[in-house]
Amino acid sequence: MSGETLLHIDGQLVRVKAGSSVAAALRVAGGVGVARTSVTGQPRAPFCGMGVCQECRVFIDGRRRLACQTVCAEGMRVETSE
Amino acid sequence: MDADVIVIGAGIVGAACAHALAQGGRRVLVLDARIGGATGAGMGHLVVMDDNPAELALSSHSTAQWRALAPRMGEDCAYSACGTLWIAANEEEMAEAERKQQRLHEHGIESRLLGAAALARAEPALRKGLAGALEVPGDGILYAPNAARWLLAQGGDSIRVEHAKVGAIEDDGTLRLADGSRRAAPQIVLANGIEATTLCPELPIRPKKGHLLITDRYPGTVNHQLVELGYVTSAHHSDGDSVAFNVQPRPTGQLLIGSSRQFDSTDPAVEAPMLARMLQRALDYLPGLADLNAVRSWTGLRAATPDGLPLLGQHPWREKLWLAVGHEGLGVTTAPGSAHLLAALMTGGVPEFDAAPYAPRGLLERSA
Ligand SMILES: Cc1cc2nc3c(=O)[nH]c(=O)nc-3n(C[C@H](O)[C@H](O)[C@H](O)COP(=O)(O)OP(=O)(O)OC[C@H]3O[C@@H](n4cnc5c(N)ncnc54)[C@H](O)[C@@H]3O)c2cc1C
Ligand code: FES
Repeated sequence: MSGETLLHIDGQLVRVKAGSSVAAALRVAGGVGVARTSVTGQPRAPFCGMGVCQECRVFIDGRRRLACQTVCAEGMRVETSE
Repeated sequence: MDADVIVIGAGIVGAACAHALAQGGRRVLVLDARIGGATGAGMGHLVVMDDNPAELALSSHSTAQWRALAPRMGEDCAYSACGTLWIAANEEEMAEAERKQQRLHEHGIESRLLGAAALARAEPALRKGLAGALEVPGDGILYAPNAARWLLAQGGDSIRVEHAKVGAIEDDGTLRLADGSRRAAPQIVLANGIEATTLCPELPIRPKKGHLLITDRYPGTVNHQLVELGYVTSAHHSDGDSVAFNVQPRPTGQLLIGSSRQFDSTDPAVEAPMLARMLQRALDYLPGLADLNAVRSWTGLRAATPDGLPLLGQHPWREKLWLAVGHEGLGVTTAPGSAHLLAALMTGGVPEFDAAPYAPRGLLERSA
């Protein structure tokens, strides 16, 4: 399958291969791919990649979702600040 | 250290007992197998319960102690004086709220009736059409595993914790550890929760399994610990499964959602049908929960006695052994009161409330 998907991460336009997870898009957008900040202020990034660790929580179109369990869709808006 | 007392179990009850005994001048050795227990699995609601006078005495004494300790407790104990709202769904339950207020009032415990409009202002996330609530502002919440560690740390040199599993209590009160070594002291406290029956099979304790679920952070959704008034009737059926609406606002902004009760299951697995029933009940009260993201769900075992009161006092025939077990779904709340009572009895003091209702009872006779 060819093609690309264009989405917004924290206001920045990011282009990924179609079918990529939002966790992958976070890496494309910003190096380590930080998803959120813990209560003690530490940055957290996707860890398990399979929906278990809950470290990859982000807002996707206004709702809290797991980045590793969500496939990028055209025009999707992802926000990592919590 | 030559210990005056050995406490078996470093959950919230064992930790509180060690703390109270150390305050009474005793040198305490705490043995914990680190297999975990209800303290790490529960909700940490500090709540005055009034099903009977003995429960009311123990829980009100205990919540007062928690309030006194709270200003000194570390931040990670996550104490919050959020109070409880007992939610009345209809006029019948509102009448129960009034009776409850009367009972609490007679015991000198502050509470306040909220009508439908006042309840909606206090907790806008609740569904419309509820009759009202009884607010108990002296109730609170804490994070029990850290509170247990904090209590142990308060003992300084008087409390030593050793990570070891007790395999058996011998007839003369000597403890045999899993590694084959032995420990002895003039007094032993059994405070190992649901595991108590492995060391004392005669204890009348049954497991009552509970499910919990925690959401992602949504600060400000809920302000008080919320419990349905129907909880009292649904939670205390002695048999059969039940669920009740019970939601706790964690200081992180997360919502901790309970609660279910199932007898005699020791399987720790999360059971989807039970979890679904519990969440459906929660949605009946807080419809907006459906849009929130859950982070984790888990289960725990409550150590239930037939009459719902813990067993606190000297074991009738095992030499040197004292019991602090059977705290069911209220052990975080009642740990300080239980410890106060037991430490007074063990050191020849006079407890601040009558010890008789909690005295060990209903023990099966020793098999020949
Ligand atoms: C789902 C659920 C919700 C709850 N909600 C609340 C609530 O909101 N408010 C409230 O007040 N209570 C609540 N409770 C009840 C409360 O959690 C318990 O009553 C309380 O934690 C019991 O503490 P404990 O110290 O007696 O036992 P535990 O916490 O079970 O501790 C026992 C300890 O003994 C150790 N141990 C076991 N066997 C041995 C051995 N052979 N040798 C050495 N060590 C051993 C274990 O490692 C463990 O640390 C809830 C419980 C559940 C399950
Ligand atoms: S990376 Fe672990 S849940 Fe998404």
